[in-house]
Amino acid sequence: MRYLPLTPDDRIDMLARIGAPDIDALFASIPENKRLAQDLDLPKRKTEIEVQRLLSKMAAKNVVAGSAPFFVGAGAYRHHIPASVDHLIQRSEFMTSYTPYQPEIAQGTLQAIFEFQTQVAALTAMDVANASMYDGSTATIEAVLMAHRITKRRKAVLSGGLHPHYAEVVRTISRMTGDDVASLPPDVLAQENLAGLIDSDASCVVVQNPDVFGNLRDISGLSAICRAKGALLIVVFTEAVSLGLVKAPGEMGADIAVGEGQSIGNSLNFGGPYVGLFAARSKYLRQMPGRLCGETIDADGRRGFVLTLATREQHIKREKATSNICTNSGLCCLAFSIHLTLLGETGLKRLARINHANAVDLANRLARVSGVEVLNKSFFNEFTIRIRGDADDVIERLAAQGVLGGVPASRLSPGQGLDDLIIIASSELNTDEDRAALASALQGVL
Amino acid sequence: MMNRPEHPIQTKDSARLRTGAFTSNRGLQIEEGLIFETGRPEVTGVDLDEPAPFQPRLGGLEREAPIGLPGLSEPETVRHYVRLSQKNYSIDTGLFPLGSCTMKHNPRLNEAMARLPGFADIHPLQPQSTVQGALELICELGRWLMEMTGTMAVALSPKAGAHGEACGMMAIKAAIAAKGEGATRRIVLVPESAHGTNPASASLIGFEVRAIPAKADGAVDFEELTARLGPEVAAIMLTNPNTCGLFERQVVEIAEAVHAAGAFLYCDGANFNAIVGKTRPGDLGVDAMHINLHKTFSTPHGGGGPGAGPVVLSERLAPFAPVPFLRADGDELRLVEHTSETPQSFGRIAAFHGQMGMFVRALSYMISHGADGLRQASEDAVLNANYIRASLSDLMSQPFGDQPCMHEVLFDDAWLKPTGLTTLDFAKAMIDEGYHPMTIYFPLVAHGAMLIEPTESESKASLDLFIATLRDLALAALGGDAERFLGAPFDAPRRRLDETRAARNPILKWMPPAPR
Amino acid sequence: MPTIRYTKDHEYIRLEDDGAVVGITDYAQGQLGDVVFVELPPLGKRLSQGAEAAVVESVKAASGVNAPASGEVLGVNHALEETPALVNEDPAGNGWFLKLRLSDPAELDALMDEEAYQAYVQTLA
Repeated sequence: MRYLPLTPDDRIDMLARIGAPDIDALFASIPENKRLAQDLDLPKRKTEIEVQRLLSKMAAKNVVAGSAPFFVGAGAYRHHIPASVDHLIQRSEFMTSYTPYQPEIAQGTLQAIFEFQTQVAALTAMDVANASMYDGSTATIEAVLMAHRITKRRKAVLSGGLHPHYAEVVRTISRMTGDDVASLPPDVLAQENLAGLIDSDASCVVVQNPDVFGNLRDISGLSAICRAKGALLIVVFTEAVSLGLVKAPGEMGADIAVGEGQSIGNSLNFGGPYVGLFAARSKYLRQMPGRLCGETIDADGRRGFVLTLATREQHIKREKATSNICTNSGLCCLAFSIHLTLLGETGLKRLARINHANAVDLANRLARVSGVEVLNKSFFNEFTIRIRGDADDVIERLAAQGVLGGVPASRLSPGQGLDDLIIIASSELNTDEDRAALASALQGVL
Repeated sequence: MMNRPEHPIQTKDSARLRTGAFTSNRGLQIEEGLIFETGRPEVTGVDLDEPAPFQPRLGGLEREAPIGLPGLSEPETVRHYVRLSQKNYSIDTGLFPLGSCTMKHNPRLNEAMARLPGFADIHPLQPQSTVQGALELICELGRWLMEMTGTMAVALSPKAGAHGEACGMMAIKAAIAAKGEGATRRIVLVPESAHGTNPASASLIGFEVRAIPAKADGAVDFEELTARLGPEVAAIMLTNPNTCGLFERQVVEIAEAVHAAGAFLYCDGANFNAIVGKTRPGDLGVDAMHINLHKTFSTPHGGGGPGAGPVVLSERLAPFAPVPFLRADGDELRLVEHTSETPQSFGRIAAFHGQMGMFVRALSYMISHGADGLRQASEDAVLNANYIRASLSDLMSQPFGDQPCMHEVLFDDAWLKPTGLTTLDFAKAMIDEGYHPMTIYFPLVAHGAMLIEPTESESKASLDLFIATLRDLALAALGGDAERFLGAPFDAPRRRLDETRAARNPILKWMPPAPR
Repeated sequence: MPTIRYTKDHEYIRLEDDGAVVGITDYAQGQLGDVVFVELPPLGKRLSQGAEAAVVESVKAASGVNAPASGEVLGVNHALEETPALVNEDPAGNGWFLKLRLSDPAELDALMDEEAYQAYVQTLA
């Protein structure tokens, strides 16, 4: 078998050295009546040709985002990824290396993480960032738990603009840990009164910007209220490219900034793997979950990098760990970093302007379609429309016409009276023709 | 207290750096600065056309201050990362003997399959009718996982092994609450030898963790375990094969005792590579087990991630599985995304549907191997580990005696004691010989542990060279050649790094130099 | 000579005029390796014998420092926040952790004296 180098002769020689009569002797510790008498009830081995044939058939049954006018966002965004990014992350020494626990032979990974941490801190305008989390949603619950540890309070207040999946994750884990969550209802027009709910029991307030409906929110006022009540302000973002044009969490008074980094360097991949970004004020450093890479010197006095402050982690503190996290998103965070290096400040800002320009153009066109109302006063590259009819039905009919028109809000929050709302994203990959196609297709089905 | 004494780092061996050299490069090993030192904010390696002037709608929230990000052109970027990559050891470089990590070959076919646009370029929130092929793949992966483990259901959303552990324990917690025992069953028993994520995951979700000691032969102490079972115990978390590389012979009796006491058996599947196709955890009485796709099923470790940790569940736990999961809906597959449709589900643990990119890779691996190949892989993994054991047992001590191991072999530092050298010193000297060290100081039940897992991807020639190298190092240590070890590594891109300095004075990002 | 006692977990407690000084022994700091961070309790905290009073972290390990006897925290060694290395350099002197007002000095009788502790450390070698 192509992945198994041992030959039958090898196995005989090796068994002889071990002193075992056959391979089954080495499995004798498995209770006899629990050993499988024959192979699993699964197909036998296949050649590359056969595997390719099988999986390509499955892949072909999906409508590829790039094959249609595409406007689906709501937490994951389709952007151009420069060709060199995927090439570089496939270098053997990045792709098939391990967590850098032996730093002398992992300086490539460690330096890349150090650069990533610096980029994320700069992007979010925060003091310190970690080496990444699984995704934006798990980064959010980790931020909430961190706020509980710091304030010694156990209640999180969640904005109605927070991505519903993220809010559900916070509520699920909080039920398990016995913590309280006050979630506001979906805040389509960014009009909620969050401040009114912040009391002396609240450890944190979780706000998303741009929010799930695309609204931009001025959070600075909220940060003053949080400070007065002794609660931490956690600012979430799901579209990292927005930070090239929109005020950053640190500039608006965030204590912890978390978000989804997928937009930079990582394909849609049907929802994963993605990369969670996590940054905080330096005074909260020791309460931060996840890996941290720090600068130091080696025995020859040369600069090098190591994982540090590891005693917060589970392999040392066990039950007392700040979290149970064992991985960061390795290759995904490398892809993020490489793409952001290629863009640089100039490129990121330009990319963000293009995204906003395309979204503004699209919003203007859709506003002219009868039966469509664009709800947002302000937005980055995503906004919400109210339509005459059932959003779910409209999206299906658009799909049948080969247009992937957006996300019905009810898909994220069923039964909340959002059945006539569609969340629409536009990136640098939309052309004039794409935007015209959406407008005219909507015109047709409404 | 702690079995990690360290010698002071030897400083100044700069005679090893060539005199008269201009750069500190060494042949193909090229020193590379930080992007913040070599890049500039006005440079970009991506061509984008500035949009035509337009009326923005940012509500006055435009970012004005500089961000502080450097840019590099494409050639500079490629060179930067290629140079960095050359400082890393990897599976593709050589044998990677990390116990409990299963550093097997990452087939490139998997990478090609994951990059098919039909899998890579689809959005999780597209209408489900447009992604039936993706749902079919997820369903097929689930089928293989359930068949391999002998279980009824699988939760595919966990993003890593530890995430899977938390997920499995949450399903158990929900099942206990459903029986009305949530207030009483609050204790989880975990062997001392377990990986730290086990107690961390259990306490994260509100359980109280108690340790169970190991016996002299490395197995969980069955008497101690059963003595601790009672109406306050929710579950026991076992690793099987355990972290000492041994199959827990009494696992069936343990499962029966645990179930009789009204508790659940969670299995950490990190060592699944030893038993795929040889036995099934479900048949042994396991209620929930996470599977590390990045270990047993070859998805790349990527320098630390991404992983994937789907959790297989017994019939008793299946109703409590988190959303989303797949349901057949006539001819179509449908994701159930809301607990309103499945009220016993304990909730959601991550946005979207799981690590699809890793699912494609893992399924590609499984289909390639097939039932016969999967069994062969497990047999070769166990054979390779025992071959190493048999070839080193005369020189290196094993904490629980020389007995057949499964896919990994555990040594301790008793044999090193007379030399004054530590496990750490031995490990660092391996680097100079061209090997990544084995797992060290884990599991904690062995003093100065050295845990070696070769996997089935190693040829006999590769194993023979590894064995010969370790024998040479062991004999050198026993023969008193301390110098080879105390300052090691000498030949790696960096010498030993000052971790104390890094922890006492954390520098976690580049800072611009202070103005003069 | 002030009364000084030791626990099996290598904490010491030394009676002074203004309170009982608690720290970790030279053996302990050697086992831990370079100390990088110390977490000290708040003033006024009441501790029972054996309860965790502080946490000491080295690069590779984190260890609880338990109260050798019950009492109230009168003072903590803030110098350790800037210079955790004091624990390694001078564990019995400048590397002290906290000062307790003992609630039950008789608890010290159950602990090891200097001779007994040194003998105990010998057995661990």
